[in-house]
Amino acid sequence: MTDATLSFEEAMEKYDPVLGFEVHVELNTKTKMFSSAPNVFGDEPNTNVNEVDLGMPGVLPVVNKTAIESSIKIGLALNCKIAERCRFARKNYFYPDTPKNFQTSQYDEPIAYDGYLDVELSDGTVFRVEIERAHMEEDAGKLTHMGGATGRIQGADYSLVDYNRSGVPLVEIVTKPIEGAGSRAPELAKAYVAAVREIVKNLGVSDAKMERGNVRCDANVSLRPHGRERFGIRSETKNVNSLRAVEHAVRYEIQRHAAVLDSGEPVTQETRHWHEDTRTTTSGRAKSDADDYRYFPEPDLVPITASREWVEELRATLPEPPAARRKRLQADWGYSDLEFRDVVNAGVMDEIEETIAAGATATVARKWWMGEIVGRAKTADVDPGQLGVAPATIVELNQMVEDGKINNKMASEVLDGVLAGEGTPAEIVEKRGLAVVSDDAPLLEAIDAALAAQPDVADKIRAGKLQAIGAIVGGVMKATRGQADAGRVKELILQRLGVEG
Amino acid sequence: MAAINRDDVAHLAQLAHIEMSAEELDRMAGELAVIVESVKSVSEAAGDDVPATSHPIPLTNVFREDVVGHTFTAEQSLNGAPDAYEGRFKVPAILDED
Repeated sequence: MTDATLSFEEAMEKYDPVLGFEVHVELNTKTKMFSSAPNVFGDEPNTNVNEVDLGMPGVLPVVNKTAIESSIKIGLALNCKIAERCRFARKNYFYPDTPKNFQTSQYDEPIAYDGYLDVELSDGTVFRVEIERAHMEEDAGKLTHMGGATGRIQGADYSLVDYNRSGVPLVEIVTKPIEGAGSRAPELAKAYVAAVREIVKNLGVSDAKMERGNVRCDANVSLRPHGRERFGIRSETKNVNSLRAVEHAVRYEIQRHAAVLDSGEPVTQETRHWHEDTRTTTSGRAKSDADDYRYFPEPDLVPITASREWVEELRATLPEPPAARRKRLQADWGYSDLEFRDVVNAGVMDEIEETIAAGATATVARKWWMGEIVGRAKTADVDPGQLGVAPATIVELNQMVEDGKINNKMASEVLDGVLAGEGTPAEIVEKRGLAVVSDDAPLLEAIDAALAAQPDVADKIRAGKLQAIGAIVGGVMKATRGQADAGRVKELILQRLGVEG
Repeated sequence: MAAINRDDVAHLAQLAHIEMSAEELDRMAGELAVIVESVKSVSEAAGDDVPATSHPIPLTNVFREDVVGHTFTAEQSLNGAPDAYEGRFKVPAILDED
């Protein structure tokens, strides 16, 4: 069943959106939050676990010191206060993603609270998002629903559980209600999650790969008529795991809420699931007893105290904040304000930095990411960094162009081949027989043919109208199927016609 | 603190996938009621001047260094699982429960 929606414009005319986000960040510690099992993505199921992660009776958790330090660093980077004393709590629920029937989390005493994050929108507007809290918890196992349709929980016959992710340290960052975003709410949503991702990546405390679930966003949306102070009823959309999806999900929920309110019905307070394929949400189910998690202080763990000395020691280790980093990178790379903003808005600043680190110049890195990859990512409907272009590939392709082995047009074709999984650039050039024709004989043949076909153009060039040469070069490129070096072709045409270049 | 009745016990048993007979439910409801009553007496003893405590020992910051320790093989992990498939725990579909 498809939900009714209003157009975004109509929804904005009638209603004022209020947002809220819960962003879960997986820390990249070597081990789990409460056990010494490795925190590694992608291994054989149920091998990165021990008795603690499997919730066996009688086991005792022990807190990972590095995870605490990473959590404090995140709190500091979000301008939060760090609790002098805090503790863990049990969040009780029955669901097979946790073998313990509770998640070890924090409840009334988060490690960090009362912060803010200044988020820059695409036109340079800065929007302050208030942070309610950042608390520590553990990730749950991964369920795969089998049978039924397309792996969704609806209609599944049974589920398979891998507990490798169980116990991976998480920091959950919760915003205060965000008011005043208006029609920029979807953009702000994307920019906020991007800013959080940038911060945790910059701190080095998370791998921050959204496609691996290192950063996951639950987006709360509610609408109220313009001018009303009281918030409307909210929905919480889960499973929003790319920046584009965050933007789309908030936009969709605004349109859906508006249609519900227009029909005179109240919005149902519920969890919604985001579906990337249809770009819609569907009503989710509540976990068993979701209305009452029966939180209580975790008796197996002692409280955490963060002395002011320790906090200041950690503060001293913080890297330059992302805003300062952006300023430095722009200066280092020599990009104009507009060029740099385009790079940031396209979400390829980190990728360009990595490409430069791999050996490309700033100009070359920008040319490839902005000129070739961003467009392909848009077509494929993924974030550019997720398209699968390695910095080394760009360096290799560019070197081939500079060496005159291939031209830009071929390089673009080779990139398509790399993305299609056909191999390395060198292999694809070999396989597809792509190489600039550098032997003059076939070029001269093509030039003579082109000149003969367009005698009037040849006359113009002879008369000194050198800009007319493009028509002849075009003919030669067509005849050689783009495999000629355009520069060499020009030289040869001029030679042929006896004109000084 | 709320009392615990037979329906609560039946509900918990269902959530925890524990099959219980009518006699077991009766007995467990009685036993749990005694425990809840006992805990209640602690609440009565602690006045407003006694801060809530989760731990009897005045310890803080018991930490472990971030060093990888022992792990199980998939076979060891699944040893004792009621059902398994290709290295993973197999559980009933969850949607329709409760």
